[in-house]
Amino acid sequence: MSESAVPSFPKHLLDFRDWSPVQVESLLETAQMMQEVLARPVKKVPALTGFTVATVFFEPSTRTRISFELAARRMSADVVSFVGAVSSTTKGETYRDTLRTLDQMGIDAYILRTDAAGVPHQAHGWLKKPIINAGDGWRAHPTQALLDAFTLREKLGSLEGKKIAIVGDILHSRVARSNAELLPMLGAHVVACGPATLLPAQLPGATLTTNLKEALQEADAVMVLRLQKERMDKGLLPSLPEYIAAYQITQGRLGWARPEAPLLHPGPMNRDVELEGTLADAPRSLVERQVANGQAVRMAVLYHVLVGKRN
Amino acid sequence: MKGEILLKNAKLVDGRGEHGHADVLIGEGRILSLSGGEAQKVLDVAGMVLSPGFLDPHAHLREPGQEVKEDLRSGLTAAARGGYTDVVSMPNTSPVVDSAEMVRALKKKAAQIGQARLHPAAALTQGQEGKTLSEAKLLQEAGAAMLTDDGRTNEDAGVLALGLRYAASWGLVVAVHAEDAGLRRGGVMHEGEVSYRLGLPGNPGYAESARIARDLEVLRYVNEGLAAQPHLHIQHLSTKRGLELVRQARRDGLRVSTEVTPHHLTLTHERLESLNPLYKVAPPLRTQADVEALVEGLLDGSIECIGTDHAPHTADEKELDLLRAPFGIPSLEVCWPLLYTELVEKRSFPLAVLLERFTDGPRRILGLAPIHLEEGAEASLVLWSPDEERPVDPKCFASKARFSPWAGWVLRGWPTLTLVEGRVVFESAHTLGKEPRPI
Repeated sequence: MSESAVPSFPKHLLDFRDWSPVQVESLLETAQMMQEVLARPVKKVPALTGFTVATVFFEPSTRTRISFELAARRMSADVVSFVGAVSSTTKGETYRDTLRTLDQMGIDAYILRTDAAGVPHQAHGWLKKPIINAGDGWRAHPTQALLDAFTLREKLGSLEGKKIAIVGDILHSRVARSNAELLPMLGAHVVACGPATLLPAQLPGATLTTNLKEALQEADAVMVLRLQKERMDKGLLPSLPEYIAAYQITQGRLGWARPEAPLLHPGPMNRDVELEGTLADAPRSLVERQVANGQAVRMAVLYHVLVGKRN
Repeated sequence: MKGEILLKNAKLVDGRGEHGHADVLIGEGRILSLSGGEAQKVLDVAGMVLSPGFLDPHAHLREPGQEVKEDLRSGLTAAARGGYTDVVSMPNTSPVVDSAEMVRALKKKAAQIGQARLHPAAALTQGQEGKTLSEAKLLQEAGAAMLTDDGRTNEDAGVLALGLRYAASWGLVVAVHAEDAGLRRGGVMHEGEVSYRLGLPGNPGYAESARIARDLEVLRYVNEGLAAQPHLHIQHLSTKRGLELVRQARRDGLRVSTEVTPHHLTLTHERLESLNPLYKVAPPLRTQADVEALVEGLLDGSIECIGTDHAPHTADEKELDLLRAPFGIPSLEVCWPLLYTELVEKRSFPLAVLLERFTDGPRRILGLAPIHLEEGAEASLVLWSPDEERPVDPKCFASKARFSPWAGWVLRGWPTLTLVEGRVVFESAHTLGKEPRPI
């Protein structure tokens, strides 16, 4: 890939506010190339040789962190990993102090996961280095949305005019927010559905409904979100059986969607809670494909953010 | 006639209106003359405005216990720089100000510091725990200006009723932080379009108005059959709906007053789009419609005064993330120039009305006589410059909290001289033609 082929990119991925549809398209094309790399017997290219990437996870997440770390290593970057409990920040060590300490060690880009919205933006101001948001609070998880979009396009072709239903706890979901931001940029229409207590009053980029049938009707794809059991403790849901009765995605309910509409889930799944366990392994499930594509998409993000910087 | 200070060519404006120009002679703590005279210190203040000193009914000075954020010296110095001659400090310190001894100690120390005068508010309930009433009579004798559990909300309506009933016996105001904890549900910003988009827990405007509605019903209940009329003061009003409820209660003859902060008059929740904890405040920044309603309420007198809710924190705390950063904005030093610029200059808000809300309005709430610019009046005054234009520079704050959502805003109306009972407590370097310097 020649450097001149790289369009001008934002030097970070915090959310999609700074990204145009053209840049997103270009990034997804790069991800396709990365997918080819991952299909080779030797899954390694020298694109990021000499760069050091840090995954800094203040909130635990094994699968996202490993996906990013493998993505960086497959492009020959050096990788360091920091996994900090949030409690360390309450003991006086702030995010800023931790990041500035790391920054003295010559890190070129940060992959940051926090339980609080906005920290990647703050970090971008403190460090003036590329920051990739690996999830901040309930706000954004842009690489998840990119891998969802990539996976959907692989299956459906263009997303223009396609109806994508997202079902579950929309209120607390960074995945839903990022998808509601990204998928319309690619021409899709997002319908977000969940119990009234787990829906915001509005969500830019999405139509909201509490009616599952309405959400699934004619949907081209169905994305199911993980239900956090703590929502019951906080009084947002009466009980698990109540949720299952009203919102679980079952074989029967999937019949409301278009035939063969694929099923996505960002994981980890609560089998037999938000969806019928067998559906996760059914041919229409793209769950494993999402994981595989996640690596290619993250390679593309790292490549654009870091090589874009070098240019 | 001989005095200590002569302010020549001062333009006089107080809460009643404009009173032309005068040579104001000050001595023995009073305005001796408005027609000149001899003085040890003579300042030609042509182009500047002389007004009664401001009273802030709501500031957090953090002493005792949180002096790393602010202390009486830094807080009262900041107040004097902002044109305030009087400050009501909130009792949610560590320990809580809930005893006569503590009130006396604070007043004594403030008097020694000799900047703006301190009027400590004391806790309505012991330890601000919302259970047992504080010793209102003893607190009042020690100099407590009002009773409030601010920083917390009064969850038990029965305790609030008892507090209002008891405080009324001594003519004390009960001030409340009106916010329903259940509806707020841990919200860190206004619940609305921006919070939904940002995925931040929201605090709906109804958390405020629902609590105001309850508190007003409690006031109505206590008011019945009580000889001494109870006085409820609602702190830092932030919503249009809350204001409507207050208006109705006032029409019904209840003694309810309210205040509005500089940030709720000049900033909206859209500022949080920046994801900057600088804008995190309780109650949260609301919508433009709320701002417009609050300006209207300030204009028609439904809102009687400006309370800064000056809430200093350390820079480290304020640089935490939006979930963990503390609520609060420091504003004693910028409140007047901010509202003069944003309301009077930009929106043609009447100057005399704004001054009334900084001076007579809050004094009335505390039961203090107004200060009018006439011979014999107490010389607790502020001289400010409508033409002096400069940006807000938090590095130059006397407050220990050197951050501000208005940093860089170019404002006019900066105080240049503050006098407490005729004594100069602040004289701007600008008056002397010097550049300000960071402290």
